Amino acid sequence: MADAHTDHSGASHGSVGSYLTGFVISVLLTVAAFGVVMAHSFSPSGTIAAIAVLAAVQIVVHLVFFLHMNTSSEQRWNVMAFVFTVLTVFILIVGTLFIMHDTSINMMSR
Amino acid sequence: MLGKLSWSDIPIDVPILVGTFAGAAIAGLAVLGLITYYGKWGYLWKEWLTSVDHKRLGVMYIVLALVALFRGFADAIMMRSQLALAYAGNPGYLPPHHYDQIFSAHGTIMIFFMAMAFMTGLMNVIVPLQIGARDVAFPFLNSLSFWMTTISFVLINVSLFIGEFSQCGWLAYPPLSEQQFSPGVGVDYYIWAVQLSGVGTLLTGVNFFTTIVKMRAPGMTFMKMPVFTWTIFCTSVLIMLSFPILTVALGLLGLDRYLGMHFFTNDGGGNQMLYLSVIWGWGHPEVYILVLPAFGAFSEITQTFSRKPLFGYNTMVYATCSIMVLSMVVWLHHFFTMGAGANVNTFFGIMTMIIAIPTGVKIFNWLFTMYKGRVEFHATMYWVIGFMITFTIGGMTGVMLAIPAADFVLHNSLFVIAHFHNVIIGGVYFGYVAAMNFWFPKAFGFKLNEAWGKRAFWLWFVGFYFAFMPLYVLGFEGMTRRMNHYDNPEWYPWLLVAEAGAVMIALGIVCQLTQLYVSIRDRNLAENRDLTGDPWNARTLEWSTSSPPPFYNFAVVPVVHDLDAFAHDKEAGIDTRAAGSNYQPIHMPKNTAAGFFIGMFSLILGFAAVWWIWWLAAVGLIGVIATVIARSSNNDVDYYVPASEVARIENEHTRNLLAAQAAE
Repeated sequence: MADAHTDHSGASHGSVGSYLTGFVISVLLTVAAFGVVMAHSFSPSGTIAAIAVLAAVQIVVHLVFFLHMNTSSEQRWNVMAFVFTVLTVFILIVGTLFIMHDTSINMMSR
Repeated sequence: MLGKLSWSDIPIDVPILVGTFAGAAIAGLAVLGLITYYGKWGYLWKEWLTSVDHKRLGVMYIVLALVALFRGFADAIMMRSQLALAYAGNPGYLPPHHYDQIFSAHGTIMIFFMAMAFMTGLMNVIVPLQIGARDVAFPFLNSLSFWMTTISFVLINVSLFIGEFSQCGWLAYPPLSEQQFSPGVGVDYYIWAVQLSGVGTLLTGVNFFTTIVKMRAPGMTFMKMPVFTWTIFCTSVLIMLSFPILTVALGLLGLDRYLGMHFFTNDGGGNQMLYLSVIWGWGHPEVYILVLPAFGAFSEITQTFSRKPLFGYNTMVYATCSIMVLSMVVWLHHFFTMGAGANVNTFFGIMTMIIAIPTGVKIFNWLFTMYKGRVEFHATMYWVIGFMITFTIGGMTGVMLAIPAADFVLHNSLFVIAHFHNVIIGGVYFGYVAAMNFWFPKAFGFKLNEAWGKRAFWLWFVGFYFAFMPLYVLGFEGMTRRMNHYDNPEWYPWLLVAEAGAVMIALGIVCQLTQLYVSIRDRNLAENRDLTGDPWNARTLEWSTSSPPPFYNFAVVPVVHDLDAFAHDKEAGIDTRAAGSNYQPIHMPKNTAAGFFIGMFSLILGFAAVWWIWWLAAVGLIGVIATVIARSSNNDVDYYVPASEVARIENEHTRNLLAAQAAE
């Protein structure tokens, strides 16, 4: 309890440096996302793909620098929960794309 | 200054609402007056409202659930009465504008504030005791969760008397829920109430996941965990995964309504069908969030009252985990008719049928637990057996609905209403009531009256069949849900039968309230008091401490040797209480009012945002942030109970126990 940088399980709470690194990378990724849209440098579908990729990278940056996720043994539960989350997000996103794509074709709505 | 709010928003021209307001005001003033008369404000504030004790929060959650049940049931019986009247030219007594608000409020309240609050209450009371912990992992967050849920329920009830509630059903499908078709504040009340309570639910999920992973008693491996704790574990995982989806769905709908965006509109590139996919991505796991804890409670009750260990503990755990995973891949069955092709409908139809398999496994496990057991027909067991019959019927009609071709006939009909009430009343509600009867002595130290419990059961059980079996027939006869009035003479008699069923259920609720009253009145009779802490000769750790447990739960943290730890200790002759005459100081969290204040500021924020009173919304938001910062910078949040104090409490309990045993 006394040491401000660790909790009961000994997991790291990060340092000012790691927080700053994470912050700078996040800002760069956000600016890049806005830049891609505002510069019209890709086709519409290319732009959507680019934003999606930048968003995914941003998520990983947040997890590593702000939520201190790593593969050490104290973090096993975090990693396990993360893997299950990824699986669920995958199911939901792919499932929704599957549903909406099929519906669009079937209903000739797009 | 007051945004959209004006005097014309107070519905003084609707006699039902004026009457309700008068009744609520008189009842509210009576309660406040009684508290003042008995001088209990300080006690209430210090011991309950600011408490971070999981047992007290659990009790407050269940009180909230019972109040919500009262409100939700009042809506239900009004709908049934409307449909028993509004036939062949008679418009009934509820105009469509009011009727639509009632069915929307009924669904929203019953799911979010009755069922969710009841479930959260049960897990609060039981889980830490069952795993041998002294509190949950984050006691302050637990208090915050409770207040977020409570103020959301307050916000919904405010909509009765100031403005209106949503008229878009309990899931507020666009485009009807968009600004264009619902320009009033009803949908905004819905969005803010559900969003704010979602914060509380999500925090509860995180809290109990952490508690179960990190705070189990020494020796309690995952496969020695009681089944109820397992189901709460899976429910917590589902809460953490699915509630963010709800937040996003309603957040996008809110952006449409508040900032003129076009996520789900008909024009501007929006697609209302996407909302269905996203909201049911939450909505289907939600029903398993509700029913898994009920399954856990049935498991504990069945093994206790059959006087033998649960049949197939391992399969029960695997079935629970399978349901947890499968519940994430079935959501399309709520909208088979939306227009997806055969590939999509077939996939989700098959997945839905598969989920019936682990559920069926559980039913057989309970049946085999009872088989050759010495089943004691306690009132609690009545609810369990009533559940097994009713839930099996509801499960089978669910598999019928999982067949896409059949769903095209039954979609949006009363058949669907009959099906989900069949599983939610027969599964969830019966389970929670059984759990309340079972664990009541643990929370309060005296048993609930059995005779009134059985009367309540029979009225609920028979009333349920009268109220909902006609709805299956009406579904086949083509009656759609959410209908305000009708002309078909074939429907009329069935709707009268359903009304009779609703009246029986009302009497069942009266019996439950009587049961509470009689039990409290007779709490000091020797046969009702629970002195040993183990009134049912039960098997799990929560029964090893006294009833009600001391605020630190266990003077000495128990060591677990086997599945059903307390049963093992009793057989091996280990007295877990006497084992610890050498007491240690106990680390406990301090009570805090921060959760209460964050809740109240959130209520201000929600109300102001509904009415577009932006300065007031800013006050609420700043209040929330300031309270969070103040709480975060407070280091004085815990204390140690000295060993001498623990010894005093434990010795006093032992003295009382011996004195009572000598008196008998």
